[in-house]
Amino acid sequence: MTPRTSSETSTRDRAAPLSAGFPAVRVLEARLLAARRTLRSAVTSALLNPLLYLLAMGLGIGAVADPSAAADLPGGSYLAFLAPGLLVASAMQLAASESLWPLMVGLEWNRTYHAVVATPLRPVDLVLGNLAFVLVRAALAGMLIALVIVVLGAAPIGGALAAVGVAVLVAGAFAAPIAAFTAKVRSHPAMTALMRFGIVPLFLFSGTFFPIENLPAPLQAVAPVSPLWHGAELARLAALGAPTAWHPGAHTGILVGLLVGGAVLAERPIRAVLCR
Amino acid sequence: MSELIVEAEGLTKRFGDRVAVDAIDVKIAQGEAFGFLGPNGAGKSSTMRMIGAVSPPSAGTLRVLGMDPVRQGVDVRARLGVVPQEDNLDRELTVEENLLIYGRYFGLSRRELRPRITELLEFAELTERRRDKTETLSGGMKRRLTIARALVNRPEIVLLDEPTTGLDPQARHILWDRLRRLKRRGASLILTTHYMDEAEQLCDRLVVMDEAKIVAEGSPADLIAAHASREVVELHVAEDELDLALLDGVADRIEVLPDRVLCYTGDGDGTAALLAERGLARAGIVARRASLEDVFLRLTGRTLVE
Ligand SMILES: Nc1ncnc2c1ncn2[C@@H]1O[C@H](COP(=O)(O)OP(=O)(O)O)[C@@H](O)[C@H]1O
Ligand SMILES: [Mg+2]
Repeated sequence: MTPRTSSETSTRDRAAPLSAGFPAVRVLEARLLAARRTLRSAVTSALLNPLLYLLAMGLGIGAVADPSAAADLPGGSYLAFLAPGLLVASAMQLAASESLWPLMVGLEWNRTYHAVVATPLRPVDLVLGNLAFVLVRAALAGMLIALVIVVLGAAPIGGALAAVGVAVLVAGAFAAPIAAFTAKVRSHPAMTALMRFGIVPLFLFSGTFFPIENLPAPLQAVAPVSPLWHGAELARLAALGAPTAWHPGAHTGILVGLLVGGAVLAERPIRAVLCR
Repeated sequence: MSELIVEAEGLTKRFGDRVAVDAIDVKIAQGEAFGFLGPNGAGKSSTMRMIGAVSPPSAGTLRVLGMDPVRQGVDVRARLGVVPQEDNLDRELTVEENLLIYGRYFGLSRRELRPRITELLEFAELTERRRDKTETLSGGMKRRLTIARALVNRPEIVLLDEPTTGLDPQARHILWDRLRRLKRRGASLILTTHYMDEAEQLCDRLVVMDEAKIVAEGSPADLIAAHASREVVELHVAEDELDLALLDGVADRIEVLPDRVLCYTGDGDGTAALLAERGLARAGIVARRASLEDVFLRLTGRTLVE
């Protein structure tokens, strides 16, 4: 704690660790430390929510639905159809909630990001560190869902794990642009609206709970606008080997593009708030 | 003068049409406790944020530790400790974790940080509260933790933006004591305040800021000598109940405020006696030494704290 005068400052002490490594990792570390505190409830809900969905919808609706129609679905049963969709839909929800209110806490409500940029870390490190945190969370939550899926026999273990990879990509494809949105608008009503009129409809109408072929033609036509639809297509390919609507590379490219583009877009408004 | 840690020339900050800092010149030497004294809105925080290498200047030149805070922001910030005006502790973390994470932001290893945190907790008198969430701390404790956090990287300069605003007198005195200890250990302190007593207590040298400009500069004693008389006699009487003619010749200079009259004089007792002779003793009379508050009033025609 004794403050140094510049003459006694050792360069080892201050320069070496800074240039070393990837500074965004320090932001990730801080987020993980804070998240440890809510680990139990996070694990519980990550297990319980998909379990309830899969039991209620997969088995329940699967039982009343026409079995011959279900046999035509990718995976051969409604449960198998639903499981990968649920995996990516959960990833989307997690990414959205992580990129809305927690970002506001950092930027305005508790101003913790202002403390971060007073250190050698830069706004870009905050963007990347937070994004990394969402990816880690999505991976961990995805594994728990995959566990439920495998136990219920909705997908083979290898397929379920591959679908977790898709879920992580979907989380990034939502987290990055939504972070850009939040930093740009910084308005509670706008954030609530995004959740209500963006995330919730996507959750329901992106071919996660039922094939988009069941939707009226105009709605089917706009499915490619939904990043979640691309994720659901890829997740069914990964989990069940089901054929995708587009080339898998195209689905992947769109999600990667959203992730990278979103991260690039998010840096500017965040810097505008923190470094004005 | 020893090595300069801050050199600003024509330093300016604009937010749209509003000029928050208007072409100020400042030089701060290493080891100094330097203050920016001024009322709310004077431009103190904007100046601090530019020195802290988070806010790019709109015009002028600025060197901090010999570096350009815009191009070499990362290197500048690595050597600063910042106590912002508004608390920004991480409320999801404990006292100890706040220090740990902040040290990690500076790239320090956990091993390096462990003994440092123990020491900092003692310095901030928060050892018993180390495992508590920060939201359970009092205002004074939060402020001490923020100061401890600013020291985690062993900074060469500590920037303190209104370190005691909003604290009760006892908490302020504890904090002043900590800051004086820091200073004795050789830290350069740069602080802002709108309390003249704080500036007098802590600053070797200060500038008085008003409406984005520097209006005076010097040590507290020099400023008082230059802009106020040695002593002041305060007459506590409302402006409209006062017969100004009675004040003729009692002091070198007279300042009439809505709730009191300030008589600037070299001889407080003499002036007080004179006022009593003229029948003004019924109103409260207080003789005191001149302060930076008087300097500010003289320079701007306004009081520092409304
Ligand atoms: N981010 C900002 N955007 C617009 N105006 C600002 C901003 N920050 C400060 N100001 C304005 O600049 C002026 C100086 O503010 P500030 O530096 O905070 O003064 P002080 O710290 O002395 O109270 C004020 O008029 C304030 O409203
Ligand atoms: Mg301020």
